[in-house]
Amino acid sequence: MNAIVTVVGNDKVGIIAKVSAFLAERDINIEDISQTVLSGNFVMMMMVDLTAATKNLSEVKAELSALGESMGVSISVMHERVFSAMHRI
Amino acid sequence: MLFTPFEIKETVDMFLRNKLDIRAITLGVSLLDCSRASGKESRSMIREKLLRVAGPLVKVGRDIENEYGIPIINKRVSVTPIALVAAASDDVDYAPWAATLDGVAKELGIDFVGGFSALVQKGMTTSDQRLIDSIPRALALTDRVCASVNVASTKSGINMDAVREMGRIVKEAAALTADLDGLGCAKLVVFCNAPEDNPFMAGAFHGPGEGDATLNVGVSGPGVVKAALEAYRGASFDEVADAIKKTAFKITRMGQLVGMEAARRLGVPFGILDLSLAPTPEVGDSVARILEELGLESAGTHGTTAALALLTDMVKKGGVMASTHVGGLSGAFIPVSEDEGMVAAVRAGSLTLDKLEAMTCVCSVGLDMIALPGDTSASTIAAIIADEMAIGMVNNKTTAVRVIPVPGKKAGDWAEFGGLLGGAPILATHAFSSDAFIARGGRIPAPIHSFRN
Repeated sequence: MNAIVTVVGNDKVGIIAKVSAFLAERDINIEDISQTVLSGNFVMMMMVDLTAATKNLSEVKAELSALGESMGVSISVMHERVFSAMHRI
Repeated sequence: MLFTPFEIKETVDMFLRNKLDIRAITLGVSLLDCSRASGKESRSMIREKLLRVAGPLVKVGRDIENEYGIPIINKRVSVTPIALVAAASDDVDYAPWAATLDGVAKELGIDFVGGFSALVQKGMTTSDQRLIDSIPRALALTDRVCASVNVASTKSGINMDAVREMGRIVKEAAALTADLDGLGCAKLVVFCNAPEDNPFMAGAFHGPGEGDATLNVGVSGPGVVKAALEAYRGASFDEVADAIKKTAFKITRMGQLVGMEAARRLGVPFGILDLSLAPTPEVGDSVARILEELGLESAGTHGTTAALALLTDMVKKGGVMASTHVGGLSGAFIPVSEDEGMVAAVRAGSLTLDKLEAMTCVCSVGLDMIALPGDTSASTIAAIIADEMAIGMVNNKTTAVRVIPVPGKKAGDWAEFGGLLGGAPILATHAFSSDAFIARGGRIPAPIHSFRN
């Protein structure tokens, strides 16, 4: 399955590096990545493929959330289909 | 990137900041095939059938929550009105039927079971009468069973004998749960034009026109609408209406996605999506605050009915395009105790019982979760029900009454029901009697515009 990982918070050195390394360690492929500043917040989005992931989704979510906390940002993971449903007719 | 940063942030914010969730996935199950001459045998068949058909419901719900990142607050079951299923049986007391439903719900981790119900808009069978008489004890005896009685419809008129009965039953249900502020009444709703596919409690039941099993979904999302409107302060109603419509579309699409997926995994047809904006007692999840965002100082003041009419209609227009089948109640709920903003409005003195009644002419349900003084008479409650049924009957819409005469408490006191049901200050009723009006009995005929054949 494809999911979208979103990181929101204050910009600082190493956010992309840490999140990418985390995903690589679990065989989660990054298919697309983009970042921007929206209403004063740093927002990074990644489309990832979890098909070959070595850990199950709930573990990945919990660990990513903890990683986010350690960097002072909030990280969420949602199924790509949720975004398609809302924004594409 | 497949989606723009704005789109992604908008969706993530809906869930993380504005409390968007699926309020309920409700599996409707027909129990018509469980009808037997022996009540005991019938109840054991019901148990077996529900364990089999609804067994995977909670797991399916949790799996979807986990995979999609969408919270599903309640997993519920609705069943064929028990008055129909039990009609062939030798039972006189139907409370054990409620106990069976409650037992299955607890065993499977299901939050609520709806369908301890009777449809008596035109007349009452012996079985309907037995069910109605059993309601107060059934609700006191169980935790997760919800009861509903349809006493009126646009086609049939208002069954005033049943309305009088329900005034009495509401009082009894409160008395039997007096130590819990009359909690039994929070699980009992009286309907006009009850929908057969409603996923929301306490009024959910699996109508006799439905198939074997079907999956219905109810979304939430008042916080999302409120947040969207914050960007439109001072804008004209044309712009505001459009903003609500777009937001409703997005919320509904999410509900449709979850509903289709849950139905597929359970191997049952997807029934309907209920568009209603269902509030919770939490801050940031209130329908009243949307009305205030539209420019009213406090919900209930002049302009509230117009604001609610706009909100309800735009939610429907946005939602209808987003789902294959829309049904249930679909509009905006205005339950007092379940909505932090409504509670604040009652406290501020801007929201009264009479204004709530006016609001029900344009919202999707009716007088919902309203705490009344404990000494409110059965005939006054019946008269409140009659008024609300008349609004539904004449306007061709669903209306309902779920009021709680809180034992031992008076207007202004606080009543607490807990959890999603919340708590509310007790609203005053009129002091004048409706006794002679309710004592008449009989039927109020259907309105002239119901003859459309």
